[in-house]
Amino acid sequence: MSTPALQMSDVRKIYSMGDNEVVALDHATLTVGTDEIVALVGPSGSGKTTLCSIAGGILSATEGSVVVGGEAISDYGDKELTTFRQNKVGFVFQSVNLVPFLNARENLLVVDELGRRQGKPARDRADRLLDELGLADRAKNLPSQLSGGQKQRVAIGRSLMNEPELVLFDEPTSSLDTELGQQVMELIRSEMKSRGTAAIVVTHDDRITEYCDRTVRITDGVLGDD
Amino acid sequence: MKLALRELVRKPGRFVTATVILTLIAVLLMFLGGLLDGLLRLSTGALRAQTADAIVYSDASQSSFLRSRIEPDDRAAIESADGVDEVGGLGVVLLGARVPGNGPRDLANVAVWGYELPKSGIPAPPAPGEAYADELLQADGVELGDELLVGPARTPITVTGWVSDTAYNGSGGLWTDLGTWREVLSQNRPDAVLADGVVQALVVSGPGDPADVVAAVDAANDGTYALTIDDAINEIPGVEEQSATFNQILGVTVVIALVVIALFFALLTVERTALYGVLKAIGARSRTIFGGLVVQATAVTLVASAVAAVLVVVLDLLIPPGSIPLFVSPSRIVLSVVLLLIAAVIGSAFSLRRVLRVDPASALGN
Ligand SMILES: Nc1ncnc2c1ncn2[C@@H]1O[C@H](COP(=O)(O)OP(=O)(O)O)[C@@H](O)[C@H]1O
Ligand SMILES: [Mg+2]
Repeated sequence: MSTPALQMSDVRKIYSMGDNEVVALDHATLTVGTDEIVALVGPSGSGKTTLCSIAGGILSATEGSVVVGGEAISDYGDKELTTFRQNKVGFVFQSVNLVPFLNARENLLVVDELGRRQGKPARDRADRLLDELGLADRAKNLPSQLSGGQKQRVAIGRSLMNEPELVLFDEPTSSLDTELGQQVMELIRSEMKSRGTAAIVVTHDDRITEYCDRTVRITDGVLGDD
Repeated sequence: MKLALRELVRKPGRFVTATVILTLIAVLLMFLGGLLDGLLRLSTGALRAQTADAIVYSDASQSSFLRSRIEPDDRAAIESADGVDEVGGLGVVLLGARVPGNGPRDLANVAVWGYELPKSGIPAPPAPGEAYADELLQADGVELGDELLVGPARTPITVTGWVSDTAYNGSGGLWTDLGTWREVLSQNRPDAVLADGVVQALVVSGPGDPADVVAAVDAANDGTYALTIDDAINEIPGVEEQSATFNQILGVTVVIALVVIALFFALLTVERTALYGVLKAIGARSRTIFGGLVVQATAVTLVASAVAAVLVVVLDLLIPPGSIPLFVSPSRIVLSVVLLLIAAVIGSAFSLRRVLRVDPASALGN
C-alpha cells in the first residue's frame, strides 16, 4: 500500500487567549488513505475546522505529528507551510471565497500565479477542470455573475489546480440547498475518485456522508469512529 | 503582480479618489518646482551664461557686483598669474528703460552688462551703443532695432540681437561692451562712476578645474577673492533663501503625498483582509501580496504624475510670458515623479505589517 494522504497522530491543539485555554483537538489520531474520502461530522465548535486547518498546514499543532503525502509538517515554519500549501493541499472554504475581480478561469489560475508558475500546463488544467465541472461556458464570468452552486464548483476547481494529495472541504454544501448540495457532493466524489485524490469533507448533514467512504465523528475535540 | 494590475484595470473606480488627490498634489509639486526654477533662472541666468571658471570680486563686496571694484593693478596681477589663461572685465547696472511704443511710465527693468569675453550663447561684445538683449524683454515689447532709453539720463542703446536665459535680479540683460556700460553707469549713477580700466568683477579661465583657478587667483592677488561660478551663483542675494524656502514647501508636499498613499492603502488593506486570508491559505506569500500593493501604489502614482505633467505643461502654455516666472522643464517633472514614487513606496510600506499579520486561518473561520 502506498503512503496515506494524511497521518495525524496524537495531535493536540490548544488555543490560549490570555488565561483561558481552549483544547480544540485532543489526542486526535486519523489516517486518510491515498484516495479515500472521509466525512468529518460533529457539532458546531467540536474542532472540525481546527482539524482541517492543521491537516492543511494553515495552523500548527500544539503537540503530535502531522504527515501529509509522506511530508512531515509538524515542525514547519510559516514559509515552509506556505510552500507546502502551494503544492500539497487544496481547500474549499465554507463561505465562497473567490477573488471578486477575477473571472472563473482566472480564479483557478491564481493558484498557479501565486505558487508554481507553470503557465501553459496550468492553463490547460484550468480549462479541463472547468469543463469537468460543467463551467466551460462560464469561464469568463465574474463571481458576481455566477450562482451559489457555480461559485462552489469554481472553488472546487481551484482546490484541484495544484494537483493536491489531499483536499479539505469545510462544510462545502452549507450555503446550498439540499438538492444542489447533493449535486455538488456527487461532483466532489467523481472528481476525487477520477484523480485518486484523498479528501476530508466536514459536514453536519448525515445525507452528505453517503458520498464518502468513511465517517469520522468528533466531539469536543475528540475523534471517534462511526 | 498580475493580480494587482488586474484589480487596477477591472476596478478602477476604487482607485479614482486616490489618483485624483495625487494628481492635484503632483500638479502642486511640479508647479511650485517650476516656479522655483523660474525664479532662480531670473536671478542666475547671467552667471550661468559665464563660460569662465571663476569670478573675482573685491574683498569688501560681499559678492555683489554693485559693491565690487577691481582696479587695473589687481587685474594685471591676476592676468600674469600661473594657472590663469584668460581674464575679462564684467560689470552691471540695474535700471529702467523706456521702450519705443510704450507709455512713459511703463519702464522695462534691464540689467545693463559690460563684458569683454564671449559667453555661452552671447557672442563677443557688439559695437558701442549697441546691445544684445535678453529675450525676456520681448514681454516688455522690445523688438530688434529698437533704441531703448536707459535710466533717468535716457542713455540710448540699440538692440541688435537676442540672447536667452541671461537674467539677473529679475531683469532682462542688455549685453554691451565695457565702454558703453561705463557710460551708462556714469550718466545714470553719478554715485557709482568707475574710472576707465576699473571694472566690478573679473571672469577668469584657466587650464585647471575651477577650484584650481580660484586658488591660483587668490594666491596671485591681495584685496580680491575668487569664487567658482557655482559658488558665485549661490552667493547671489536671495538664491539660497528662495531655494531653501521652496524646497521646504516641496518637501512638505511630498510628505503629504506619502501620507495620502499610506492612508489610502492602509484602508484598502483593511478592506481586503478577508481576501488576503484566502490568498494566503491557497499559497500566496506575504511578499507577493505586499508586492502587489507596491505595484498598485506605483501605478496610481505614475498615472497621477502623467496627468499632472500634462496639466502643468498646458498651464505653462496658457500663462502669458512675463507674468509668472514659471519654468517647466523635463528635469523638474522627472524629479517630481521620482519623489512621488519614493513617497508611494514608503507610503505603501506602512501597510506591510498589516499584510504580514493577515492569518491564513481567517479563511476557514466560520
Ligand atoms: N482562533 C481561535 N482562538 C480561540 N479559540 C478558537 C479559535 N478557533 C477556534 N476556537 C475554539 O476552538 C473550538 C473548535 O473550533 P472549530 O475548530 O472552529 O470548530 P468547528 O469547526 O467544529 O465548529 C471552539 O471551541 C472554538 O471556540
Ligand atoms: Mg467550522
